[in-house]
Amino acid sequence: MRMSGRRIRAVVRKELREYRRHGSVVVATAIFPLIFLIQPLILVFMVPSAGAATLEQWHVLLYMLAIPVLTPAVLAAYAVAGERQQGSLEPVLTTPITTEEFLLGKALSALVPSVGVAYAVYAVFLGCVALFAQPAAAAAVLRPPDIAAQVLLTPLLATFSIWVGIAISTRSSDVRVAQQLCLLADLPVVLVTSLIAFDVIHLTPALGVILIVLPLIADVTGWRIVAPMFDRERLVTGAR
Amino acid sequence: MGDGDTWPLAADRDDPPALSVRRLSKRFGDRVAFEDVSFDVGRGEVFGFLGPNGAGKTTTVRALGTLIAPTSGSATVAGWPLEPENGMEIRRRIAVMPESPGLYLRLSVLENLELFADLYELADPRDRIERSLRAMDLTGRARDACGILSKGLRQRVALARALLGEPEVLFLDEPTAGLDPVAAREVHELIVGLRQRGVTIFLTTHRLEEAERLCDRVAILNTTLRSIGRPDELRDRLFARTLTVRTAAPLDAPDRVFGGLQAIEGWREDGRAHYVLAASDPDGAAPGVTRALVAAGADVLSITESRRSLEDVYLELIDGDVEAGPR
Repeated sequence: MRMSGRRIRAVVRKELREYRRHGSVVVATAIFPLIFLIQPLILVFMVPSAGAATLEQWHVLLYMLAIPVLTPAVLAAYAVAGERQQGSLEPVLTTPITTEEFLLGKALSALVPSVGVAYAVYAVFLGCVALFAQPAAAAAVLRPPDIAAQVLLTPLLATFSIWVGIAISTRSSDVRVAQQLCLLADLPVVLVTSLIAFDVIHLTPALGVILIVLPLIADVTGWRIVAPMFDRERLVTGAR
Repeated sequence: MGDGDTWPLAADRDDPPALSVRRLSKRFGDRVAFEDVSFDVGRGEVFGFLGPNGAGKTTTVRALGTLIAPTSGSATVAGWPLEPENGMEIRRRIAVMPESPGLYLRLSVLENLELFADLYELADPRDRIERSLRAMDLTGRARDACGILSKGLRQRVALARALLGEPEVLFLDEPTAGLDPVAAREVHELIVGLRQRGVTIFLTTHRLEEAERLCDRVAILNTTLRSIGRPDELRDRLFARTLTVRTAAPLDAPDRVFGGLQAIEGWREDGRAHYVLAASDPDGAAPGVTRALVAAGADVLSITESRRSLEDVYLELIDGDVEAGPR
C-alpha cells in the first residue's frame, strides 16, 4: 500500500507543535539530558591528573546513551495513550490515515527531537571537555571510536526505545502509567550501556558489533511488531 | 425486531442510498452491542438514530465509520461495501463527529483544521479551511487555541473539521450533548444548513425534539431496531389518530351525537365536557363533528386533533422493552 508522505508529515508537525506547548513534555525531555550531561561532566572535571588512566578504561560518552533511550520513551509513551486520553484518537482514525502512516508519524516526531537533543548535549559535553578539562582527561574521553559509536548508536537506541514506548502506549489507557512502564522497560538498556561505560562489561570489537546489530534488528522488527498491536477497535472502544 | 423486509428501508429518492445496512450485528464477546439492524439512508437525507444509553447507537456509527468490524451482516457506505479492504475509500468519503469533539486543545483552530486537511490530502487546503471556517462562522477565532473555546464553539470547530473533506455522509454522534440551549440551537441551524447543501447526515441523539425537528426519518434502536420511518408515520403506526372535543357543558347524549358519524370510529369521555374521538382522517371528520355538535345544541369550545409527539412514540417503544425485562 502506498504511504502518504503528506499525512506522515502532518502527524509529525502536529506532534511537534503539541510538544512545544505541553509543559510536562518539555520538562520531561529536558530533565534526562541534563542529568546525563551533568554527571559525566562532574566525573571528568573532578578526576585528579593521576586518575586520567581510569578514564581511559571507561567510555564516558557511552554513559550518555541513556539520553536517546530515556528521552524518546517519554514522548512515545504519550503517542497513543495521550491521544486516547484527550479523545482525539477517534476523529483521526476516521480519516484516510493508515495505521502505518500514523505510527511512522508518531515515531518520527519522537525521534527527531530526541536525537537532536542528544547530539546537542554531546556537543556541549565534548566542547566543555575539549576546552576546560585537563589535557590528559580530555584525551581519555575524546576518542574517535567512542564518538563514532555514540553518533551511530544514538538513533538506533532512540528508535528502539520509541517502538517499545509506542507498543506500551497502545496498550495503556493512562499516560502516566505508560510513561512509567516505558522507563522501566528501557532501564535494562541503560544498565547495559552504563556497565559498558564504566568497564564493568568490557567492550570488545565483537561486543561493539553486537551493540550495533542488535538495536538495528530490534528497530526493523519493532515496526513489524508494533503495527499489528495497533488495534483500532480496541483503542476506540476500550475493549480488552 | 430488525426485520428489514417489513419496514420501509429507503427514503423516497431515486439515487442509490448513501448508506445501506442489512442485518448488521456487533457483539463484544457475549455482549450484544446491536443486532440484526437493517435500513437505508437516501442521499441528502437527515436520518435520526434514536435510542437509550447503551442501545448501540455509537457502536453502529463506529461500525459504519470503519472503526470497528461488524460481527455479521453487510453494509455499503457512500457506495462502498463495508469491508476491511475498503476502509480507506470509505473514510475518504465520510466524516464522523464523535460525541466528544476530540480537538487538540493546545493547537489553534487553524492548526487543527490544517492537520485534518492534510490527513484528507485535500488539493486546496487553504481554500477548504477558509470555507469551513466561514460556514461555521469561526473565521475570527481561527488563531485561538481550542482549549480556550466554549463547548459550543468546540462543537463548531469539530463540525468545521468534519466538513473539510466535503463528505458524502456525515455522522454526527450526539452533536448537542452537554450544550446549553443557545449552543444547541446554533448546532441545529448548522445541520439545517448542511441539509440544504445536500449532505447526507446520520444523526444519533437522545433529544427527541431535535430529531423531530431536523430529521427526515428516524430509526429507534434498542440493541435491535424497534421502528423506522418518518416521525408522523411512526406516530400513525403506533397511535390511533384522535380529535379532542371540548364543550361548555357536558353533552346530554354523546353517544347519539358521535355514534352516528361515519368518520368517527369510536369515542370516550376524558373528563367533564371533554371527549376524545378516534378518527382515521381527523381533518375530514372535523366538519361533520362540528355540525353534529351544533345540531345537538352544544356550545363548542374547541375541536383539535391530538398530536402525539415523537417522544410518545419513543417512550411507547422503549418502555415496552423495559417492561419486557432485561434483554
